[in-house]
Amino acid sequence: MSRPELIAPPEIYYGDIEAKKYTKNTRNQQIQADMTYRALELLNLPPDEPAFLLDIGCGSGLSGEILDEEGYIWTGVDIAPSMLEVALEREVEGDLFLQDIGQGFGFRPASFDGAISISVLQWLLNAETSHPTSSPPHRLARFFTTLHSSLRNPSRAVFQFYPSSDDQIQLITSIAQKAGFGGGLVVDFPNSKKAKKVFLCLYVGGGGGAQQLPEALDGEDEDGGKARFERRRERENSKAGGKRKGVKDKDWILKKKELYRKRGKESVPRDSKFTGRKRRPVF
Amino acid sequence: MVRLITHNLLACHVKGCTSNNFPLEFKDVQVVLRDSEFNPDFLRGFIPKIEWPALTGAARQLGDTSLPDQLPEMQDDDFLKVLHHVLLEIHVEEGTMICPNCKHNYPISNGIPNMLLAEHEIG
Repeated sequence: MSRPELIAPPEIYYGDIEAKKYTKNTRNQQIQADMTYRALELLNLPPDEPAFLLDIGCGSGLSGEILDEEGYIWTGVDIAPSMLEVALEREVEGDLFLQDIGQGFGFRPASFDGAISISVLQWLLNAETSHPTSSPPHRLARFFTTLHSSLRNPSRAVFQFYPSSDDQIQLITSIAQKAGFGGGLVVDFPNSKKAKKVFLCLYVGGGGGAQQLPEALDGEDEDGGKARFERRRERENSKAGGKRKGVKDKDWILKKKELYRKRGKESVPRDSKFTGRKRRPVF
Repeated sequence: MVRLITHNLLACHVKGCTSNNFPLEFKDVQVVLRDSEFNPDFLRGFIPKIEWPALTGAARQLGDTSLPDQLPEMQDDDFLKVLHHVLLEIHVEEGTMICPNCKHNYPISNGIPNMLLAEHEIG
């Protein structure tokens, strides 16, 4: 798995070229869309109420587009100017901010009905300078405390991210708890290497009783919830045992000969009842 | 694309700047009007969050005086349409937002405000 967050800080890594590449890649689009829908599901917003959401690390607006489609009004923040430029070109509906989430937000208390963030938190785990405000714990603490105050009570924030170790998860959840959030981790498809997705579901308030952590998808209950590629892998595994069917059967040979004749190739053998038949072993 | 809906939620987040840091003042702005879909349910849900004097003040700075000084008790469709126009259809494309307390400048270029802080301003 590639780890772009280890190569350069986000505002540099997602320069003009990388931002365009990222947005045009249909695989990225698909994955982003799937994760956004899942994050919205985990947000569990009351239906029929158009909510005001915050998209943290909105990038080029791939997830914002889905928020538009679903009828939400949203505001996006991102640190990469090139990504925001692409978002402007794509004419997304939400307001965009150039902001470093590690520096905290300036939104008034209880501004948003919820927050989503797709593939962002891992970018906060690297220190770019030795200044004390650049250390990951400090940036995470600043991020979570200001986010906590800008969310309505009760509400939720859902972060999809790619942790590279359990320590990182531990660090993030403990800081989020200190900032006042409840909730925890939801891991979808924990047994699949490819389809595994980690969601951090954080709650603000909850009206006394703790909010119930949503159920993770494990791909066992129904076919639709299956991780992609899993069925193909099963098929390939089952194939390995049995004998494979020959590719060059009689039909294939006849087709080829026909093709050669059409192309005017000389000395193409004529078709007969022996065409494509196996020779006897004595031959 | 700073619309007044987000401007009304935005306070200064510079280190130590905790009082009188809202609303940010506009300066040298260029405004563009863009139509958007009218959604009365959303507006009704959003009204409790609005800081009314800040909204009318900002709207006046941008040259729109259609809002009343006080939030009216009766919120009929005509009022919601006016509110919709002010909140969601006025886009600030270029200009600066200035914190009334610490005078930090947040430049807006191409519709995107730059909220980045220098190292010594981070809380």
